[in-house]
Amino acid sequence: MMRSFPKMLLVGVAVLILWQILVMLLALPVYILPGPIAVGLALWNNLALIADHALVTLIEILAGLVFGVSLGVAVAIIMAWSSPVRALLQPLLIFSQAIPIFALAPILTLWFGYGFGSKIVMTLLIIFFPVASAFFDGLMRTRSDWLELAQIMRAPPFRVMFYLKVPAAMPSLASGLNIAAVYAPIGAVIGEWVGASRGLGYLMLLANGRAKIDLMFAALIVLVVMTMLLRAAVHVISNKVLSRYIQT
Amino acid sequence: MKAPAITLEGSASYGAVPVFDPLKFEAPAGAWTCLLGSSGVGKSTLLRLSAGLDAGVIFDGTISCNDGAPLGARAALMLQSDMLLPWLSILQNVALGARLRGEKADQVRAKQLLNDVGLAGFAQRMPNTLSGGQRQRVALARTLMEDRPVMLLDEPFSALDAKNRAAMQELSVRLFSGRTVVLVTHDPYEAARLGTSVVVMTKAGLQVLKPPATPVIRAYDSPDVMKFATKLLTLLHNESGAT
Repeated sequence: MMRSFPKMLLVGVAVLILWQILVMLLALPVYILPGPIAVGLALWNNLALIADHALVTLIEILAGLVFGVSLGVAVAIIMAWSSPVRALLQPLLIFSQAIPIFALAPILTLWFGYGFGSKIVMTLLIIFFPVASAFFDGLMRTRSDWLELAQIMRAPPFRVMFYLKVPAAMPSLASGLNIAAVYAPIGAVIGEWVGASRGLGYLMLLANGRAKIDLMFAALIVLVVMTMLLRAAVHVISNKVLSRYIQT
Repeated sequence: MKAPAITLEGSASYGAVPVFDPLKFEAPAGAWTCLLGSSGVGKSTLLRLSAGLDAGVIFDGTISCNDGAPLGARAALMLQSDMLLPWLSILQNVALGARLRGEKADQVRAKQLLNDVGLAGFAQRMPNTLSGGQRQRVALARTLMEDRPVMLLDEPFSALDAKNRAAMQELSVRLFSGRTVVLVTHDPYEAARLGTSVVVMTKAGLQVLKPPATPVIRAYDSPDVMKFATKLLTLLHNESGAT
């Protein structure tokens, strides 16, 4: 990750230069496509405004992550624990995934209001499935010789779950979390688009409506950077915590 | 802890496909019984059934001990894979049984056993920092920690190099003394060194052979051992040639 950083920076700078050249060559007006310099200026001039909205979105994302991951982990464990529950929940889970969450956004706003509630629920719904299904897969794939060993050692089912299956499924949970970190901002922003008075999604919509495309891009870039930092943080934390669960 | 003699009588099938036909397998009390045979003949299934594990087959028969008590909770199992849990330290792996049952582990005994298998300084190390031979010795200590009178071993030495294998065999014979041991192996030489009783399993059934009269563990270069190993090898070779 660290080693690829200079390479990433180089690519980023190249893209920015190309973007600026394109805008200048095509003489695009700022309300169609502003160049990176205009976006940079918009970011600088509206720093306090953007930071204010970014903080709201960040809180929605983090709260959604906490609730979504907790729910996903709990459902995965319950499903792995009991086969009748598994038989009942598995089709439901797939059914829930077939619903386009975007389509639910208006009704969530109706139910949970214009504030944090609807965005957190939206985020929760969008990350619940990847976390639950990845972790559940891991829980069902405990090495059979380990399970036999536990059986020979007369381990009760509860202890087998929490002292063997759960730790053994940590790498699967980590891959679920890594996906969740990328999905979570999408959930929060969709929630904001449908109905909000604060947040980066709201700001983007507002800027777009007023043809302040440079401000819209500035907000978008902040959102992208936030998502990348979140993903990197989850990656680093899960690697650190999980390194000892991974090798055999 | 009185080690019982074990008798397994019956047949096993996988659906309509027989794994082994009706047979009678006997392991005398407090001795090493080596169960030798080529791959896929049902040795491991027989061992797993003895351990009370669901071997994925239908077993029609009985498993009994000469003292009348059930074998179930009195057997420990060691496999070719060391089954060490990567997230636990060596000491925690040795005391895994207590952890999984929610009991308090006897740390002193666990350390003593690590000492016995020659890994005194390794208590706090993680499994991935150990070599294959060392890991299998941790597995040995973990098996001994359970302190069961019956040891069921499924090729626990076969993944080790020659030097480590000989060392593990010697260590096991010493530490398992007094217990009833069933060792599944495909190595005639191992059976010749370790077996007080040697049973060859073929598609035709079981054949009990008399190993050299010298006590185990027998010297690897003794003519008796070599002769007996050759005899076993010939038996296995002829069987695989016939099918």
